[in-house]
Amino acid sequence: MSPVDREVRATTGPAPLAAAAADAALPAGSGSAPGTCPASESGPEPEAPSTAGAAVDPAPLTGTALPAVAASASGAGAALRALARRAGGPGGLLAFAVLLLLVLVAAWPGLFTSAQPDISDPVHAFLAPSTAHPFGTDQLGRDILARVLYGARLSLLLGAGSTVLSVAAGSVLGLLAGIGGRWADQALMRLADVLFALPPILLALLTVAVLGSGTSNVMLAIAVAFAPGYARLVRGETLVVRRSGYVEAAVGLGLPRPLLVVRHVLPNALGPVLVLATVGFGSALITASGLSFLGLGPQPPAPEWGTMLSEGRNNLANAWWTAVFPGVAITVTVLAVGAVGRRAQARFTRRTAR
Amino acid sequence: MSLLTVEGLTVSFGPQRVVRDLSFTLDAGQCLAVVGESGSGKSVTARTLVGLAGHGAHVAARRLEFAGRDLTALREREWRGLRGRRIGLVLQDALVSLDPLRTVGAEVAEPLRVHGTVPRPLVPQRVQELLADAGVPEPAWRASQFPHQLSGGLRQRALIASALAARPELLIADEPTTALDVTVQAQILDLFAGLRDAGTALVLISHDLSVVARLADHVAVMHAGRLVETGPAEQVLNRPRHPYTRSLLDAVPGAHAKGARLSAPPGTGLPPGPDGCSYAASCPRADDDCRTFLPSRDALGSLCHHPLSQAAAATYARPVAVTVATDPAPPPTAAPLLEVVSVGKRYRRADGADHHAVHDVSFQVAPGETLGVVGESGSGKTTVARIALGLVEPDSGSVRFGGDRWSGLSERQRRPRRLRVQAVQQDPLGSFDPRWDVERLIGEPLARTGAPRGRARREQVGELLHRVGLAPELMRRRPIELSGGQRQRVAIARALAPEPDLIVADEPVSALDASVQAQILDLLADLQRELGTALLFISHDLGVIRHISDRVVVMQGGRVVEAGAAEEVFTAPTHPYAKELLAARSGGGAR
Repeated sequence: MSPVDREVRATTGPAPLAAAAADAALPAGSGSAPGTCPASESGPEPEAPSTAGAAVDPAPLTGTALPAVAASASGAGAALRALARRAGGPGGLLAFAVLLLLVLVAAWPGLFTSAQPDISDPVHAFLAPSTAHPFGTDQLGRDILARVLYGARLSLLLGAGSTVLSVAAGSVLGLLAGIGGRWADQALMRLADVLFALPPILLALLTVAVLGSGTSNVMLAIAVAFAPGYARLVRGETLVVRRSGYVEAAVGLGLPRPLLVVRHVLPNALGPVLVLATVGFGSALITASGLSFLGLGPQPPAPEWGTMLSEGRNNLANAWWTAVFPGVAITVTVLAVGAVGRRAQARFTRRTAR
Repeated sequence: MSLLTVEGLTVSFGPQRVVRDLSFTLDAGQCLAVVGESGSGKSVTARTLVGLAGHGAHVAARRLEFAGRDLTALREREWRGLRGRRIGLVLQDALVSLDPLRTVGAEVAEPLRVHGTVPRPLVPQRVQELLADAGVPEPAWRASQFPHQLSGGLRQRALIASALAARPELLIADEPTTALDVTVQAQILDLFAGLRDAGTALVLISHDLSVVARLADHVAVMHAGRLVETGPAEQVLNRPRHPYTRSLLDAVPGAHAKGARLSAPPGTGLPPGPDGCSYAASCPRADDDCRTFLPSRDALGSLCHHPLSQAAAATYARPVAVTVATDPAPPPTAAPLLEVVSVGKRYRRADGADHHAVHDVSFQVAPGETLGVVGESGSGKTTVARIALGLVEPDSGSVRFGGDRWSGLSERQRRPRRLRVQAVQQDPLGSFDPRWDVERLIGEPLARTGAPRGRARREQVGELLHRVGLAPELMRRRPIELSGGQRQRVAIARALAPEPDLIVADEPVSALDASVQAQILDLLADLQRELGTALLFISHDLGVIRHISDRVVVMQGGRVVEAGAAEEVFTAPTHPYAKELLAARSGGGAR
C-alpha cells in the first residue's frame, strides 16, 4: 500500500480532500516521476504525501489530533466525507475523481495544456521530460503530454464505443436466447460457443483483417469479440428472471408477453450486465490499444494511446518517455474504471441481496 | 448445586444490548425452553453459553458457571476443551451446519477424535452406535453418505449425533426442529426427551410453543433481550402472568374455532423510555409506570407492573371477534368456483424416472369459503396451488373455474380471466419486482383492470394499503425496505387489487413470527368476511389450517388421503396418515 493510501485510510477527516488534491496534481503534469500516475492501486509516490500535507493543515495526523481535525472540518469536508462513503471509501472517491478528470480531458484537452499534439518540431526531438515538456517530446518533437491528453478522446471513445456496441449486441442476442425457446437458445448459444473458442484478441484481429483497419472497424471488431460474453450473461440472467416469483406474479395478472419482457424481464436481467460492462470497459480499452499497437487502429499522426505506445517502443532504449506515458495513461484509466466498476458491482449486489 | 447458573448476563454489540440482565439455573436431567420472537436475543443467549456470542460481542455476567467452572474467565483454548465435549450445540439448519465435503460418519467422528474420549480403533464403531441412538436407520450405510444424500430429518439426527458424540452434560439446541415436517419433528423431540430422561440437561431455544410444551420443564420468555416471565412449564403455558406471554399463547392457531382472533388488541403505541418495559408500546395494560421503570420480579417469575391475575389466567379464555360470522360455510354443493377433477402431474427426475408430483387429486372450492390444503414437504401441495393458478398444466384430469374450462387453455384464452384468481406466496419479497416501490407494485394489477392513472390510482392504492392495515406513507418504499409482515400485507393488497373471486395462498405465514402470523391470519379472515373472496390456503401447519379453514384436504405423496369439514377432519380423522399427522402435532401435551 502506498503512503498516500495509508494516510487516506488512517484519517477520517479531510483525507479525501488530500487525496483529491494529490490526484489533481497527477495528470495535470506537475509530476515527473513515472510512478506518479497509478491511481488507487499501486506505485509509491515520492511527492504525494507532501502534497497531502500541504492541502491539509496539520501535517502529521496523529490519532489524538483526529477529533480536533474532524471538528474543524468545514461543511464542505463533511460533504466530501459523505461523498467518499457513497463512493465506497477514499479509494473509490479517488477512482471517481480520476474518471471525472479523464472525461474532462477527453472533452476539453486544450484546458490542460497549451501545446498542440500534432505540430512537429524536429529540432526538439527526443527531449527528456522538463518543465517545458513535462512528458518530453517524441521522434518528431511533438509534446507527449499534449498527445496523451488529446489522445484521451480517441482512446476513451474506442473503449466506450466498443463496450456500448458489444453490450447492446450481446443483450439482444442473450435476451432472444433466454426467451426465444429451445431452438433460438440452442442456435445462439452454439454460435457463442464457437466464438468463445477463439481468444477475444484473435477474434478482433480476424474481424479487422476482414473489415480493414480504422477507428470504427476496431470498435466493431471489439464488439464482435466481447458480445458473446455479454450474450451468455444476459441469457443466464434472463432465465433466472423468467423463473422468478415476480414474473410469475405478472403472468398471474395476465400481462401480455411483450409487456412482461419489457417491463420485468429486460430491466432486471440487464442490471448485472450494465455493472459488468464498466469492468468490461477496461478490457475493451486494452484490446483497442492492442489493436492500435499493431497498427490496425487509428492511423498516425492521430494521437491515440495504443498507437503512441507502438511508435514509442522503437525508442525505448534512448527515450523511455515516448512509450511510458501513454502506457501509464492506459493503466490509470483501466484501474480507475475497474475500481468504479467493482464498487458499482458491490453496491448492486448489496441492493438486490436479501 | 445447579449444573448451569446464569446470573445477570448481559450481551451487547457496541451500544446495543441484545441480552439484558438474564438469570436462570438448570439442573441435570432438566429442560429449559427459551421462548421469544426473532430479535428477542434467544439465539445470542444460546451461543453465549458455548462461548460463541459472535464477533464484537461484549459479554458480562455476575455469575456464569457451568459445573462449578466460571465461564466468564475462560480463554478460547479452554472453551475448545469444553465445547463439544461437555456442552453440545445443535443448530437449526443441518444442511448448513454439516460440512458438504465430508461424510456424515466423518462429521460425527470429529468430536471423538478431537476430544480423544474414545480409543482410535473404536471410533467407527462408536459413530455407528451414536447414529443408531439418534434414530438413524442403517447407520453403517448412512455414515458413508454425504449430507446432501440425506433427508432433512436424517441430517438433523446426524447433527444431533455429532453433538452427542462426546456425551456432553449440557445440550443446547437452537430451533432444532423448525425446518422439519411435523412427523419428523415429533421423532426428534422424542429423541430429546429420551436424552433428558437419561440425565442430560437441555436448553431448548424455540419460537414454537407446541414444541416447548412437549419437552420443557421450565420456560423462560424473552422479549427484547429481557426475561419477562419464567417458571415451570405448566404454570407459564397454562396460567401466564405477563401480557406478552399471553399474546404469544393467543397467537398460536390451534384447537380454537374459526373466527377466534389470534392477535392481541393493539396497545397504546407510546414508546417506552430507556428503563421502561420493552413491551409497553404493544401492551394493552401499559401505563406510565411501565414506560418509565421496570418492577422487580414477582414471586411467580413475571416482570410486570400489571400481571394477569391468577383468577383471570385460570379462566383462560380466548378473545373472540365481536363480528364473528356464525353462519355455516356455504355448502359445497352450491355451484363450485374452482373444480379440480382427478388431476395428475408428472415431472421427469434427474435420473430419468417419472415422479408423480400430484396423482388423481380432486377437490372443489365454493365461492367465499376457505379450503385448507395440508401436507408435509413433497406432498404435492405447491403443485396443486400452481395448477389452481393456471401456472402449471395438469397432465391428466381437468380444472374448471367459475363454471368454465381453466385447464387445457392457451395462454391467450386464459389471460383475460387471470385477474379473477390471484396468488399470495410464502416469500413475498421474491414475488415483487425488486426495482419497484409499493405504489407501482399495487398499481400494476389496478392498471390491468383499467383503473385510471395518476392521482385516482394513487388513492386506490392508498385504500388498499389501508384495507390491509398499512400506512399510506409506505407507498414510496421498495419491498426490501419493509418488514416481513409488511411485505406479506403488501402482497395481500396486490392480490386484492383486481377484486378476485379466489386467492390462492401458498404457505403465506410460514416465514413469519408467531405474533405477525397471528395478525396476517386475522387479516385474511377479516378480508374474507368483508369481501367474500374464496381462499385456497396451503400450509404444512396443522394449527394454521385448522384455524382458517372451512374444509380441509390432507395430502400425502401427491394424493388426497382425507377430505372433509375442518372440525370433522381434526376431531375424527379416518385415514391412518391423517391420524399420525394429528398425533404428531398434539402428542404428549404439556408436561
